Amino acid sequence: MNVFDIVGPVMIGPSSSHTAGAARIGRVAYKLLGEPAVEAHILLHGSFAKTYRGHGTDKALVAGILGMKPDDVRLRQSFQIAQQEGLRFQFTPGYIDEAHPNTARIQLTGVSGNQISVQGASVGGGNILITQVNGMPVELTGQYTTLIVLHRDAPGTIAAVTEYVSRLGANICNFRLAREQKGGTAVMTIELDGGMDPSVNREIRKLPNIIGSTLLEPV
Amino acid sequence: MQLSYATIAGLVQAAQQEGVPLSHLVLADQAQQMERSPQELWEQMDQSLAVMEDSARQGMRPDIRSTSGLTGGDAAKMEHYALQGKPLSGGLFARALARALAVSEYNASMGRIVAAPTAGSCGILPAAVLTMLQDRDISREACVYSLFTAAAVGMVIAQNACIAGAQGGCQAECGSASAMAAAALVELAGGTPDMCAQAVAIALKNILGLVCDPVAGLVEIPCIKRNASGVAGAFTAADMALAGIKSAIPADEVILAMKRVGDAMPAALRETAEGGLAATPTGRRLHRQVFGEQPLEQRD
Repeated sequence: MNVFDIVGPVMIGPSSSHTAGAARIGRVAYKLLGEPAVEAHILLHGSFAKTYRGHGTDKALVAGILGMKPDDVRLRQSFQIAQQEGLRFQFTPGYIDEAHPNTARIQLTGVSGNQISVQGASVGGGNILITQVNGMPVELTGQYTTLIVLHRDAPGTIAAVTEYVSRLGANICNFRLAREQKGGTAVMTIELDGGMDPSVNREIRKLPNIIGSTLLEPV
Repeated sequence: MQLSYATIAGLVQAAQQEGVPLSHLVLADQAQQMERSPQELWEQMDQSLAVMEDSARQGMRPDIRSTSGLTGGDAAKMEHYALQGKPLSGGLFARALARALAVSEYNASMGRIVAAPTAGSCGILPAAVLTMLQDRDISREACVYSLFTAAAVGMVIAQNACIAGAQGGCQAECGSASAMAAAALVELAGGTPDMCAQAVAIALKNILGLVCDPVAGLVEIPCIKRNASGVAGAFTAADMALAGIKSAIPADEVILAMKRVGDAMPAALRETAEGGLAATPTGRRLHRQVFGEQPLEQRD
């Protein structure tokens, strides 16, 4: 904790969890898509589903999907900006099993047809926890540079990736592995101290059993 | 040496030993801990003060309305009254109230604010500091410094109790903000670090037990007006401390008492919009007006 956690963050109101956190979840989805989105389907759960209009949660999510930060003054006009930039969006209040009360599931289609599905919760004070990417369980906060590595569950794969990361001089502050089943598809979420060059993805993809690698900068 | 934010008493002692205001000690320590230059930190805080100024100005517009449509325009009324009328509590005090309302209303209208310590309590600290800057001609430099003192107080509270309404009720949000603002005011008025601590204790004591019961779960009713009363409490506590009055219960014990009171609060009174003002007939009617018939699910 530092002074700017207390006097700060600078943000668009009215609520750190319903506005600032929502914008950050949207922005993670945008970053993971890696290109401007043309279509967004957003499923809202719990308090998000009940109060999203009053809190501007909807505007904040769309702003994030457009790439805006939580303190962007254009956040309030995000619906108009989406229209100008050719982003169609749809909100569905619903229910997600065993999800945190402030949860959104965002499905995006990008300009070149890329698709991504991101589920995240706003857990208080503008902090978020992304819990699913493309249906795979992850655990990332967006506070750190994060590597998301999709791979086949095979011996030595984790060691190869973490060894490569350590050779770059990066320190891992959080590591989580989730897999569908033994020998199936698995996903590593690796949060790192400090930054990292996006070229790391290309190198990681060359390692055995790797399906894909995405680098997410702090959001 | 690393400064500890474990207790207010420890901070006061460290400042007394060095013979400097709390803020100077905090700035130097934070620069060291964050591995950034003091100049860089000072500039970031200066920018936060600029955001506070802007939000207080924007929120004074008479036509401002929240996203829900429930609130807006009260800051303009208060400012007009402060300038035209003869406010019972005096012009400076009335203008401080107007600023707290303005920043809070601007927050509810999706304006850009500085959470201090939260968005729900974001009007209190700016109202205190901007009133010293604009009505008492205190230097901008001193005002930026005072935000470091306020932040240090908030860090101690966050470490020993909490600053979220969902956890500790409004006493944790507006109470913490009021205590932070009281310390900043004392420093800006030339008080000693010990007087800052007395003001923290008095401000927090006077708001102890306040529940978080937002109508329709929105950061509007009663939050906006509680920001005005939060800055009023800060001025009251600061003036008492500057007069040499001491809190019988030391600040650190008040903070722990606030934690225990928060723990004892039922969930209905901790931001769930199921109790207090939210559960009144009018509170429920306003809820239906904004969200229709569906009940509000428990929030956290």
